[in-house]
Amino acid sequence: MAYPYRDDRETTTVLSRHMGEPEARTLSGWLERGGYEALGTALEMEPDEITEIVKESGLRGRGGAGFPTGMKWGFMPKENGRAHYLCCNADESEPGAFKDREIMRWTPHLMIEGCLIAARAIRAGHVYIYVRGEFFPVVRVLNQAVVEAYEAGYIGRSVLGSGWSCDITVHLGAGAYIAGEETGLMSSLMGGRAEPWMKPPFPAARGIFGAPTTVNNVETLASVPGIVANGSAWYRQWGSDESPGTKLWCCSGHLVKPGNYELELGVPLSEIIYDVCGGAPDGKRVRAVIPGGSSTPFLTADELDCETTYEGMQAAGSSLGTASPIVMDESTCLLSAMRRIAQFYAHESCGQCVQCREGTEWIAKILRRIEDGDGEMKDIDTLYDLCEQLTGRTICVLADSVVFPLRSSLDKFRDEYESHIQQDACTAT
Amino acid sequence: MSRRIHPSVAGAQPFQLAERDPEAPLFESAEGQERLQAVLSRYPTKQAALLPLLGYANELHGWVSKQDMESIAERLDLTPAYVWSVASFYTMYNKHPIGRHFIQVCTNISCHLNGAQRVLERFLEETGTRPGETSEDGRYTVIEAECLGACGFATAVQINDEYHENVTPERVSQILAGLDGNGS
Repeated sequence: MAYPYRDDRETTTVLSRHMGEPEARTLSGWLERGGYEALGTALEMEPDEITEIVKESGLRGRGGAGFPTGMKWGFMPKENGRAHYLCCNADESEPGAFKDREIMRWTPHLMIEGCLIAARAIRAGHVYIYVRGEFFPVVRVLNQAVVEAYEAGYIGRSVLGSGWSCDITVHLGAGAYIAGEETGLMSSLMGGRAEPWMKPPFPAARGIFGAPTTVNNVETLASVPGIVANGSAWYRQWGSDESPGTKLWCCSGHLVKPGNYELELGVPLSEIIYDVCGGAPDGKRVRAVIPGGSSTPFLTADELDCETTYEGMQAAGSSLGTASPIVMDESTCLLSAMRRIAQFYAHESCGQCVQCREGTEWIAKILRRIEDGDGEMKDIDTLYDLCEQLTGRTICVLADSVVFPLRSSLDKFRDEYESHIQQDACTAT
Repeated sequence: MSRRIHPSVAGAQPFQLAERDPEAPLFESAEGQERLQAVLSRYPTKQAALLPLLGYANELHGWVSKQDMESIAERLDLTPAYVWSVASFYTMYNKHPIGRHFIQVCTNISCHLNGAQRVLERFLEETGTRPGETSEDGRYTVIEAECLGACGFATAVQINDEYHENVTPERVSQILAGLDGNGS
């Protein structure tokens, strides 16, 4: 399979430029492609200069929240002589998202280089790459790259003779969605259940092992070498003022050409779905799209002309999230789809907060009951009530994550629920 | 197994393999000791080595037994109850022995939309098992999995440490035949 798919907009291939080239996985192949030149530049810079460039570039966290990366780095204490840590969040597990695995399995050195530059910027001496457990084929590639980079002196004591030292350790998760939440990740990394904790303290004040810590997503870190090598203005040639740069899209569901595409932020969502991915197969019409991974609000087929920036997606009533549109054609039972999503969140609730532990399970059970033809009209009110109960009352946002698609599906596709309840029939064609 | 593993990746070895030895000693071997020391050298606390070592037990034995948990607890100065509380949180550490081919079919949203349920049913039919149960010949265990992170290539199926993508019900018997071709 031609993989990943190539878009004809060559200018936007920054992150995905060398995907699909097996030689790019090796250190020699990576060096031939200009690899580790940005690290050399960063080693000649002061930590705060690196942070400043990333701040100016406007790069925002690619794990879903979109927090400005340079600002996050700026929260780290400036003193030396105390342990600081960087965690690379490679626990990609948002249903719909499959971009970090592509970065790691095609261009592992790009991510390693990003990790090293970020570590220098935040004065960290050790980077933990927390990879989701299921990614065995990916971690084999990554491990090989880390070992090669160690042996060539890019990682470890006095990186490239600079006197600055940094270790990298790859750490495997074991099947827990919530380990992708930054405090859940840190709990897990320290040898515990992946239970999120209340902020404050924020990781920059107290993260893993009690030390200042920054957690950054794989794609965020992979964006850093380009910015350091070419400058912030170069990065800002793409996207909008508030959402600069390019983004790896993960397109799935009912599409002629599902897959990964790197696009400038801001391309209309309809263009991505219809022009880039070819729309729904077999000439069917699109019925609904969850644009940013399973935890973002549904959009109807009439709402797809939105600008795919952080602010544009918010204005459209949804969220950019991990830029992972899940497309559902006109034959889709949206109740069944929502039930499957709810089942996932019920399964993945860590169980600390009652609202989430019980509420996600209730939602999944009610949706299952309606799907089985045993629903009642008052179930709709109960579901709305649960949306209220689950919003903003828990330690982390897992509970909110099921409310976003649920509430929007109730609002926008209420006829689907009513049809199942009153006639035991689906409105899908 | 004899290849020396760099400490930086010692805690990140694939741990769902077809090759297993349920009787192999966990730490009472040169390899076990080497792995333990390599993992411990990467963290400022012993406790942080817990997940990597649970993974090692799973890699070696195909599952993590009560005895493995006790043995890990002892090495890390933790209680067995604590180790169990952590191990039970994570779905990928098998709490009981599984079939030689551990088949996980993703049925999450993108795969659901592309017919994952029928793929799951076909795997269960062809292996003559029910979800989570191991076939009588010890060859297969089939389970429904949450998102495997391959949503653009639905339906995604993981068999031991390998991914199979764009799986349709029609491809199931061919995939199973390929596994048996590897010998069992």
